[in-house]
Amino acid sequence: MSEQHIDEISGVSTTGHEWDGIKELDNPMPRWWLWTFYATIIWALGYAIAYPAWPLVSSATTGLLGYSSRQELSSAMEQAAAGQAELRAAIAEKPLPEILADETLRRFAASAGAAAFKVNCVQCHGSGAEGSPGFPNLNDDDWLWGGDIESIHQTIAHGIRFAGDEETRFSEMPPFGDMLTAPEIRQAAAFVASLTGKPSDPALAAAGKQVYADNCASCHGETGLGEQSLGVPNLADAIWLYGPSEEDIASQIRRPKHGVMPGWQERLGDQAVKQLAVYVYSLGGGE
Amino acid sequence: MLNQSEIERLDAEAVNAAGRRRPLYAARRKIHPKRASGRFRRFKWLVMAVTLGIYYLTPWLRWDRGPFAPDQAVLVDIANRRFYFLFIEIWPQEFIYVAGLLVMAGIGLFLITSTVGRAWCGYACPQTVWVDLFLVVERAIEGDRNARIKLDAAPWSAEKLLKRFAKHSIWLLIGVATGGAWIFYFADAPTLLVDLFTGNAAPVAYTTIAVLTGTTYVFGGLMREQVCTYMCPWPRIQAAMLDENSLTVTYNDWRGEPRSRHAKKAAAAGVAVGDCVDCNACVAVCPMGIDIREGQQLECITCALCIDACDSVMDKLGRERGLISYATLADYEANMALATAGGTQPIDPRRVRGPDGKLSEKLAHFRWRKIFRPRTFIYFGVWALIGIAMLVSLMTRGRLDVNVLHDRSPQYVVLSDGSIRNGYTVKLLNMVPEPRTITLMLKGLHGAVMQAPGLSEKEGSALTVELEPDRLKELRIFVRQPAHHVSGEQSFTFAAEDPVRHERATYRATFMTPEKAR
Repeated sequence: MSEQHIDEISGVSTTGHEWDGIKELDNPMPRWWLWTFYATIIWALGYAIAYPAWPLVSSATTGLLGYSSRQELSSAMEQAAAGQAELRAAIAEKPLPEILADETLRRFAASAGAAAFKVNCVQCHGSGAEGSPGFPNLNDDDWLWGGDIESIHQTIAHGIRFAGDEETRFSEMPPFGDMLTAPEIRQAAAFVASLTGKPSDPALAAAGKQVYADNCASCHGETGLGEQSLGVPNLADAIWLYGPSEEDIASQIRRPKHGVMPGWQERLGDQAVKQLAVYVYSLGGGE
Repeated sequence: MLNQSEIERLDAEAVNAAGRRRPLYAARRKIHPKRASGRFRRFKWLVMAVTLGIYYLTPWLRWDRGPFAPDQAVLVDIANRRFYFLFIEIWPQEFIYVAGLLVMAGIGLFLITSTVGRAWCGYACPQTVWVDLFLVVERAIEGDRNARIKLDAAPWSAEKLLKRFAKHSIWLLIGVATGGAWIFYFADAPTLLVDLFTGNAAPVAYTTIAVLTGTTYVFGGLMREQVCTYMCPWPRIQAAMLDENSLTVTYNDWRGEPRSRHAKKAAAAGVAVGDCVDCNACVAVCPMGIDIREGQQLECITCALCIDACDSVMDKLGRERGLISYATLADYEANMALATAGGTQPIDPRRVRGPDGKLSEKLAHFRWRKIFRPRTFIYFGVWALIGIAMLVSLMTRGRLDVNVLHDRSPQYVVLSDGSIRNGYTVKLLNMVPEPRTITLMLKGLHGAVMQAPGLSEKEGSALTVELEPDRLKELRIFVRQPAHHVSGEQSFTFAAEDPVRHERATYRATFMTPEKAR
């Protein structure tokens, strides 16, 4: 035992520790402080009995109250779903234009659709539906198969060139690499580029006009406006799925690429597809 | 005039008296404060009435804000995230005003402490006020100090049981009323009162009452001085605020010592004795259970009840008041030097008295001008500056605001005609409890038009928006710039204007374009 030091002024013993002449008094703790400490221990024991606490081999002790955070989550989800039941029923029941006309329904469907989009669609179309070469941007006003709500719904439900659905949208452009000569393809590409006012060689474009009229106009139209009901792209606008350069266009003439989109009706169900349609429609390009 | 022997000597000892060996854990020594009377006690009753009055009555004050806002003068509406204080309405983003008030309260505490010591602790602190209230109840039921000590020591009987039951019941009722008053600050008080008694109030209301009942009862009834001594950080901090010119409750041992219970005898024997007759009245009335004669202590909350107790004893003895008084350390030391002949001799009370037996003219007294010191000026200056700055900002703040969030993905969209479109989420804040019609305009973006889906299908450079009273409106806005105007990334302004109230708010936004504009 070390020797007891008593502080002269307070009459309290010190701990014997000293820093620069300042001594630490050894005042007693209040007894209730000790009781509080015991109370926390008792609380901890009670808690460990009442709630899941002790880790075992495959799970933890369940606790007398049978609380589980997983259960809490699922009941909260059920509660939320129950609260949305009316809206969901309305969406399932009403035709799309009516959903769009109803502010509450439209908002609910669009945010539900946004959530479904984040899970199922962003892999190809991007998180903001901004697309990338080969995958259409859904924000703009250029639609291969139509941008009204019903057309968008049809596309999402049955997909494009999707083998698993008989009602899928289908279009195919033949590869002209075998039918046209290389100069002809370059001329056609220059003409197509000139349709949107892009700088291109006027002589090439003039020559390409005839190539276009002979080979392309039957589907894409004299002025290149395309045909949405057949999925024929508009060549006279500023939006290019496979790139805007003349080389991109020439490549597409030679050996066209064709994207595939799965149909979602079977996988997600009618309601989710409707919600997705409303979301995509609301992105700003809906017609 | 009473003879000294007629002054009752109270059997009281300080809980922190020196020399007592204390164990590792000290049991609380119960304190039975005796009733004091005098000017400080009267002042404390007044402060208690005012502070409790403010606390209990404030939620019931009404304030007309029109049909679209609550009419409660002070209301913290957590559900709707609004704070109403008389004519001031605070939205969550304006919480800085509340933070500013807290800073002012802190600096105000510094200011008060450096001038008049722990006045907050002694008079205005809720702990002090409620303990006082609980003591009133205790005294009314169980009697004053001696009766209470006797009752404590008495074996359990029907009478003791009844008294204890009555006391604790009333304490709990005060606790319920305390918690009950608190929740009225957070909801419409008259409605909530009815809901409370019909069982329709929110569970959180009942829980809050229960928790505050518990803390009020435990802190005010059972723990009392323990809260101040062990739980409160302020006694530790305040030492830094005090200086030699701060007023503290001081035992003036320069006139009190050597204390004697037998002054007459001592005087007859030619021994000089001080004014203190060691009656322990100061210890008996102390709610903290300390002996002020041992000097400044951590436990002392400067409630000044010992001054009242000592003054009444001095009155009875026909001596001057102020043996215990509010004094500054500077004055105390000057007087001490006088009494000890500059510290060379033991205290001789004859040195502080003139030949006529009256207190000497040379004694230092507190002068009010001493509160004007650089320290107090600085505290007051900082405090006032913050207050003025907040007031100015409060008076000139806008009640219309616009916040704009640019879409993150995609940052821009190329449309089929080559024009560029950017998407924004625009939030319009109408912070007055009246509906307003505002015009949202695009400024500084050449040739650009905007459209708000759900609001209007038409594109234009201005939109008319109806705002609900006291609400935020969120709009989705598409801004489109024709291809021939596009010139790289551009900065522009969303301006919201209320022509009726002549209010205008703007937000600087950015218009993003492809790196190679067409």
